[in-house]
Amino acid sequence: MMPAGVKRVLPQLITLAVLVALVSAVFPDFLQLHYSDGRLIGPVIDVLKRGAPVALLAIGMTLVVATGGIDLSVGTVMAITGAVAAAAIVAGHGLLWALGLALAAGLCAGLFSGCLIAFLGIQPIVATLILMISGRGIAQLITEGRILTFNLPAFSFLGSGHLLGIPVPVWLWLAAATLTVVVVRRTALGLLIEAVGINRRASALTGINARVILLAVYMISGLCAALAGIVTTADIRGADANNAGLWLELDAILATVIGGNSLLGGRFSIPAAVIGALIIQTINTGILLAGFPTEYNLVIKAALVVAILVLQSPLLAGDLKRVAARLTRLRHPAPATKKERASP
Amino acid sequence: MINPRRYPLLATIAIFVIAYAICYVQFPYMLSTRVAGNLLTDNAYLGIVAVGMTVVILSGGIDLSVGAVIAFSGVFIAVMLRDTGLHPVLVFALLLALTTAFGAAMGALIHRLGMPPFIVTLAGMFLARGVAYMLTIDSVAIDHPFFDTLQSTYWLMPGKGRLTLIGVIMLLAFVVGHVVAHRTRFGANVFALGGGQQTARLMGSRVGRTTVMIYAFSGLMAGLGGIVFALYTGSGYPLATVGTELTAIATVVIGGTLLSGGAGYVFGTLFGVLTMGLIQTYIVFDGTLSSWWTKIAIGVLLLAFIVLQKALLRLGTPRASALG
Repeated sequence: MMPAGVKRVLPQLITLAVLVALVSAVFPDFLQLHYSDGRLIGPVIDVLKRGAPVALLAIGMTLVVATGGIDLSVGTVMAITGAVAAAAIVAGHGLLWALGLALAAGLCAGLFSGCLIAFLGIQPIVATLILMISGRGIAQLITEGRILTFNLPAFSFLGSGHLLGIPVPVWLWLAAATLTVVVVRRTALGLLIEAVGINRRASALTGINARVILLAVYMISGLCAALAGIVTTADIRGADANNAGLWLELDAILATVIGGNSLLGGRFSIPAAVIGALIIQTINTGILLAGFPTEYNLVIKAALVVAILVLQSPLLAGDLKRVAARLTRLRHPAPATKKERASP
Repeated sequence: MINPRRYPLLATIAIFVIAYAICYVQFPYMLSTRVAGNLLTDNAYLGIVAVGMTVVILSGGIDLSVGAVIAFSGVFIAVMLRDTGLHPVLVFALLLALTTAFGAAMGALIHRLGMPPFIVTLAGMFLARGVAYMLTIDSVAIDHPFFDTLQSTYWLMPGKGRLTLIGVIMLLAFVVGHVVAHRTRFGANVFALGGGQQTARLMGSRVGRTTVMIYAFSGLMAGLGGIVFALYTGSGYPLATVGTELTAIATVVIGGTLLSGGAGYVFGTLFGVLTMGLIQTYIVFDGTLSSWWTKIAIGVLLLAFIVLQKALLRLGTPRASALG
């Protein structure tokens, strides 16, 4: 028997394994790991590290999607928080202020979108579109249109440092995912989020304060985006308001959907979404390692995404079941089924 | 008595007129036909794409692929004209057939797989831009006598303003979009679908066929927008018009169409596009504002419109959203 937790992420794990096998077939060294200079080096570590921003975003996105919402603003929130952190460092405020201000900026962004959705009843896609469009302008306002560079080893450690041989961003998304899973699954919070996502009205009638739940998930999403923004900014030691987190919201949503979470809300799985983020990163890194011309990246990505989505499609699963049932009926004629039914 | 459903549309028009008046007070030259002509020319491709987007959003869907389709169209035209001896008109026809089929395929996937339009059209966006990259990664200039003629076609308005061909194409696209959405059986089906798939099915509307046609229409408009964009820039570039789909969605919302589908006007979108263009023109006229203020202004405008719509809806149905 398989534990329920593993069973839930099995499709994603199989997809990831198939992808890894595919990439290894074209690039045999994909699974090789070296230990040198006190750190692990290898394509797999690279995937884990480069997947960090999307994995972090996917954690918050999963909670948002579980309430039936969507957060388009996370990419620009990354740009804003990165700009805030860099501006704080450039102004000489030091590490703690930079981190604190960046995280606060992420929380504020989440609070803004959350208020629009929870109190004004605006559709999540529009409410977060506002910040998605204007957010990059705000980030550019903070950096005054330049790329703000800084030199603070303690801060860059978060993006390019190593702890126990593993890159720090990997620890960050592992910690964030574990913490979130513990918080939502060891308390009733996860259940409440699912209840709001399945039927907001019914959940309100059972006494759940849907508004607080909605505010909370968008603020968590903002916080995750802030972490992702810090990692990206620390990695390149500069805040690029134009390109930081550009289109990562789409990757995060894709990761969530590949993780088998319905965009209509309801049951969710954070581990599956994080594996979804790794699937996307494996595709991205794999295409590069396999030596395809970079022009082909997007087409291959599109084809793989469509293939994964088709395989996970609920309607297709129904069709396949029907076909399978018809086949078994053909193989076992009617009397045989009757006998089967009779036996307990 | 004015129909309350028209309030968002009227608000859009009122805000456009007021904004134009404010601009006029500051810069009297804003009212000239030259500025008006440029407003149409500069936003032609956006307007055409927004017509398709309006129909998609009226049905409760979304199409994220249009920006990538515009880029693909430009590259396709440029490469075909460079490498083959085909006449531009033939290339245009080929392109429109291709993008329409592409949209139809996305619609079929959405309907057959029961996948959310957001994800299917996201994959479509990757695919269209990816194919554009495969055709070329460089910016390709378009050089063809017939193409040049189209580019330099314009009608002189009083006051020396130029009404360009692409501006006229945009206005025609809005007329066609209006007729399709508000005057045909297909349009009625679109509105029915926007009101809810289940109800549409119960009403006897053919949901599958309508879905395919909606996304095919959006694909057609994106292809047309691509042709206009190619005429506007005179080249094809696979990295062009990144994020146009979001601008188009924003214009549709500013134009008074509800993103949940089922309510809105195609002509509202025209004013949404013009309002956006006006903000950009104002920033150019002012000269001291940085370009990022455009984004912030559009975000604020979007927020204002949505809150306004929400307030109007609350007034219309006072009890429905009490529990929310």
